[in-house]
Formats: sequence, C-alpha cells, structure tokens
Amino acid sequence: MFPIPWLPFIPLCPLVASIVIFTMKPAWSRIAAGVAISAMAMSTVLAFAALSTTFTHPQVVATSFDWFSVGDQHFDFGFILNPLTGSTAAMVTFVGLLIFIYSAAYMEHDENKTCFFGYLSLFAFGMLGLVISNSLLLLFMCWEIVGLASYLLIGFWYQKPSAAAAAKKAFITTRIGDLGFLLGLFWVYRETGTFLFYHYGSGILEPGPLAALASSPGFWGFSAAGAISLLIFAGAMGKSGQFPLHVWLPDAMEGPTPVSALIHAATMVAAGVFLVARTYPLFALDGRVLAIVAWVGVGTALFAAIIAVAQFDIKRILAYSTISQLGLMMAGIGVGGPPIGMFHLLTHAFFKALLFLGAGSIIHGCHGEQDIRKMGGIARPMPVTTLAYLCGVLALCAFPFTSGYFSKDEILLSAWHSNPAIFWVAAIASLLTAFYMTRQCCYVFLGVYRNEEHRHPHESSWVMVGPLLILAIFALAGGAVAHMNGILEYLGDKEPLVVNSTVVVIGWIISLGGISLGFLAYGLRPLTATGSDPFALTILGRAFYLDEIYAATFGRLVTVLSYLAEIVDAILLIVTELLVFIAREFSLLFAFKTDRVVIDRWFFDDICSNLRSLGGVVTRPQDGLLSNYLRSIALGSLLLAILFWCCHS
Amino acid sequence: MTPLSSYLVLAAIIFFIGLLGALTRRHAIIVLICIELMLNAANLNFIAFWRFNPHPEAMLGPIFVLFSIAVAGSEAAVGLALVISIYRFYRSVDVEKMNALQG
Repeated sequence: MFPIPWLPFIPLCPLVASIVIFTMKPAWSRIAAGVAISAMAMSTVLAFAALSTTFTHPQVVATSFDWFSVGDQHFDFGFILNPLTGSTAAMVTFVGLLIFIYSAAYMEHDENKTCFFGYLSLFAFGMLGLVISNSLLLLFMCWEIVGLASYLLIGFWYQKPSAAAAAKKAFITTRIGDLGFLLGLFWVYRETGTFLFYHYGSGILEPGPLAALASSPGFWGFSAAGAISLLIFAGAMGKSGQFPLHVWLPDAMEGPTPVSALIHAATMVAAGVFLVARTYPLFALDGRVLAIVAWVGVGTALFAAIIAVAQFDIKRILAYSTISQLGLMMAGIGVGGPPIGMFHLLTHAFFKALLFLGAGSIIHGCHGEQDIRKMGGIARPMPVTTLAYLCGVLALCAFPFTSGYFSKDEILLSAWHSNPAIFWVAAIASLLTAFYMTRQCCYVFLGVYRNEEHRHPHESSWVMVGPLLILAIFALAGGAVAHMNGILEYLGDKEPLVVNSTVVVIGWIISLGGISLGFLAYGLRPLTATGSDPFALTILGRAFYLDEIYAATFGRLVTVLSYLAEIVDAILLIVTELLVFIAREFSLLFAFKTDRVVIDRWFFDDICSNLRSLGGVVTRPQDGLLSNYLRSIALGSLLLAILFWCCHS
Repeated sequence: MTPLSSYLVLAAIIFFIGLLGALTRRHAIIVLICIELMLNAANLNFIAFWRFNPHPEAMLGPIFVLFSIAVAGSEAAVGLALVISIYRFYRSVDVEKMNALQG
C-alpha cells in the first residue's frame, strides 16, 4: 500500500482548475484567477505535506498500476516520492503559487485573463505530474503537456507576429530534443520491457535492469545505458535550453512576464535538469556520458554568459542568465551528481523567479518599456521593487551567504574535485554573471530616468510587490537554511565533499570581482540612452549570429528539401492526374457502353416494360363486373371439381 | 319411394338454373333470386342425404339447412339493402354498369 494515497492530487488540483476555467465565460476572469490560485494553494499544502514525509522517510517510495495493455505488452504508470520529488514539487507549487498571485495583478487588464489562468493551471498540472511520475512514459506525456502550455503561453499575445513566431520556435526547437528523448524511450522499453523507474527490482533505475543495460551494446562505443542516457539528455537539452538548442529561450521572453518567471526561469526549463537528476543512475553507469553532460552544461553556461553581457532587453539578459545557470546545473549534475545540480535548481528557481517578477514590476512601472537604456534611476520611484530585485541580483551573483552562493559554491567545489578545466570555465561564467548583472543594475537603477516618452515610473501594487518580498527572503536566506540543515545529504546519499578553502576564496573573488568590475565599467559615469557601451559588441548582441547561422544552414536545408518535396509533389500530382484521367475514361466507357446497353436497355427498357405489360394482362380480368367475377368463380369451382374427381377416380 | 338420384338431379337442375341466371341476367334482384335458388338447391341436397342416411335420428341435415336458411335470409336482407342503395346512387340496378372496382 502506498503510504500517501493523496500524492496524485498534487497535479490533479491544477488540472481540475484548468478544466473548470476553460469552461468559464471570458468575463469571469476574477473567478478564474481565484479558482487557479486556490487550486494551486491546495497543491502547495499537499506538496509540503509530501515534503515533510520525505524528511522522515528519505528512501524511494514508489507505486505502480496497470494502465493499459497492447497484446502482451503492459504499460504501467505510477507515482514516486523521494526527496527529489518532494523538494521539486514543493518548490514548483510554492513559486507557482506566488507567481499565480502576482499574475492576478499583472494580467489585470488583459482581455484573455481567464484563458491565461487556464493555461497556467494546465502547465502546473503537467509540471507536477512530471515531478511525481514513476514511469518514463507518463513523464514524457507530462513533459509534452508542459511543452504545449509553454507554446500556448509564449504565444499568448498571438496578435504580435514576433510572439507567434517565438512560440513556434520554442515548440519546434524543443521538439528536436524530444525526438532524442522519444528514441531513448523506445530503446529503454525494448531493452527492459518496462517504463517504470522503480518497481520491486525490475524498474529501469534499479540494479538488475541497470546491469543489463550496461552490458548490452549501444552506439559509438557506448553501452545501451550510455546511448539511452545520451538520447534522454538530448531531450533535456531541448527543454533546458542547452547549447545548441538554447535559441528558443531568449525568444520565449515574448510571453507575459509571469510566464517567463514561472515557465522559462523557475520550473519548466528546470524540467530537463530534473529529468537528468531523475535518471541519474542510468547516466552514472558511464563516466563519459557524465563528462559530456558536464561539458555541454559548462559550455552553455559560459556561452550564454558572454552573450548576456551585450544584451539591452531586461528580460533577454535574464533569459541568457537562465540559460547560463541551467548550464551550471547540468554541469553540477555531471561533476557532482543530482544533489549538487538540484540544490542549484531549487535556489535558482526562487531568485530567478524573483528577478523575472521584479523585471515585470519594473516593466509595468515603466509603461511597458523593456530596453534598459531607456530606464535609469528606477530606485527612487520604485524602492520596494528595487530592494527585492537587488536581493535577487545578489543571489544570482553568488554574493557570499546568499542562497546562490551556497549552491554555486557546491558546483564549483565538485568541479574542482572532478575536472579543473570544467572548474575554470564555470568560474569564468560566474564572473561574467556577476559582471552583467551589475551592468544591468547600473543601467536600470542608477542615474536619471532616460525615457523621453513616459516621464514617471511608478511603484506596482502590493499584490505584485508582496510575492517579490517573499521570494526575496527566500533568495537571501533559503540557501543558507537549506545548507545548514544538510540538503545535500537529504537529496542524495553521498557523503558531501570536504570544503576546500581555495575554492571558497575563488568563489568570493569571482562574485565580488564581477560586481566591482561591472560597477567600474558602468557605475562611475552617467549612462546615456544612445551612448556607446564598451562591451556590447554587435556579434554578442546578435548572440554569435546563431539564429542567422541556423537560418543559413538548417533553414536553407529545409528550404531545399521543401523544394525537392515540391518537385516530388508535382510529379505525384501528374501521376495521380493521369490515373484519374484513365479511371475517368474507363468509367465513361462503362457508362456509355455497358451501363446504357446492359443496365438501361436490357434491364430497364426490356424487362421492365415486359413486366409492365404483364401487369396489364393480369389486371385485365379485374374489370369490376360482378357477373364476370361470378363466371370466374364458377369456372374455378368447376375446374376444382374436375381436379378432385380426377384425383379420386 | 323416390330414389336419392332424383333428388340429386333435381337439386343439380335447380343449382344450374340459379348459376346460369346469376351469370347471365343483368338485373341485380334477379341475380339475388338466382343465388337464393342455388342455396336452396344445396339445402335440398342436405335434406336428401339426411333422409337417406342410415342414421336419420342424428339431426345434422335439418340443422345445417336451418342455419343455411337463416344465413340466406340475412344475406337476402343485406343484398336487397345494397341493391336499394346502389339504385339510389346509380339510378339503375344493372350489374353491368357497376364496374367502379375495375383494376
């Protein structure tokens, strides 16, 4: 018996809410917001209850039951509860709840607010289902639901062509990764015959099947386990915006800001990291796979951090910073195992949600302006937002004793022990992170307000600022509290690494050095809206022309292929036209020869007219004359009498 | 005693007179009278066969004849009523003109 039978209700609450909301009239937006928020609050309570259960019982608790069978193939699904699930579900519900509340104010004047909350609830359902799923198949389905919700929400303002294009780009780019994930799914099913993670020793992540997977062959010298984990990692790369599939994430900022905060910073993009953490036993069978994960992660971290230095859109900077931090989480899992990456995921969710919501508040206050060159001096009119935002910035810069410091320190420490090269790349990425966040703060908060069109930025309402303050507390203190209470031992059963003073000092230097460099470059002189920016090179601003390169290579390839397809299509069209022509001629032949002669003439004209005249013959005796009838009766009786007489004599 | 065959021959003669009358005459009342004639020929047969039956105490023949006369009476009543209403409609009792039922 599963110890907590109410676990499925964590995702089911938002699902019910979304169904209810989708059946509502568009005008009932306040009720919709209320339904969504209360469902999320219920999920939050349940998720925290689940979390507290895992404190006392940290071992894996899994259940499974038969879902459907095709022939003799059985597909099960089930739920799982372990520290990974508990902590992630609690984070998703809590951050989600705050963002739901914030959205109620942020989307106040949007005419599709009802629909927006429906989508948000649908997303929460998918994300929480993904977290508690015990089956790779169920996880994949929830994975696609969050992908769908992400698509719908990025394209929420679909009247804007850029938003519609960004939604398509996000959906298609993640689909490329999902193709790998799907192949991995098929492969793992072929090898083990099950999708369950834990199932009394026969689940994918349990020792028996793992040993079988490790011994069967894969490709390129990897075992099946290695190949499958690489394919799963491809899915995770798409979802978590790892290089080279990261291109959709900056464009996804076209969506409403709460969506960016919830989906494209705190939760959905972390699903890839979560997936790798969940299937870590599979990855851990092959050191080379872990090295690939670590290098892809750290490469992405550095790459995105370099690009972020030259961005001017406040949300794009945060988007590239998200990519960079996701890279660090991947690297953390690669070098140190799930606890390291997941710890950063959890702290990052709080401070990145805070930063996005803060950015939303700033954009709201600046009348929809997103260009940091047109901001400036926001600190005075928006003090509360500024304070909360600075807390988030400090956490992201890994300023000592904020939450980001503890989690990033663990990643650096693991990297130091595992591979110094990875350590130095991660260190440079972190330095750049501190630098570009300070640059952004200088642009936004210092100096004078530079926007000519709208003069007066204003502070946002308390419904928006309240969640910011709660998140700010978590961004500052959450990491320390979690670290003191041994979150790493809680998340994984490995012994934590010994603290290395060199790493700690380098961490301090990186953080403080990045902030000071940024301040030296941007804080000391007054910034102007049109003034030159020494680091904003065009190549960086255009993100290394990666979109253009994709357009010139894959885009061109697709164009060529589509031309080819068009030619094939034309040939097929001619062939089909020919076939249709022949068939038509044949049918005409039949129509004019066979049909007219056989059916019309023989059947209708001949047989029918004969029947008709026969009918005339038959009806002729019925002339209505009584005496004739009597004559017939008499004749008939006479004939009967003769017959009778003949038969008896 | 008059033999059975004489009765049967008489009945047959009466029957055929009735049949010929019914087939050839055009007056509806004459046709009805001829039908009565045929019925009575049949009744005569019943009585004759009963009279020459070895068990005349079984009153089968007279009972049949009684029934037959009752049926003939009611038939004559219905027939005459029909003839009267036909006459009212067509102003004629000629059966050759009553051909509204022809197919």
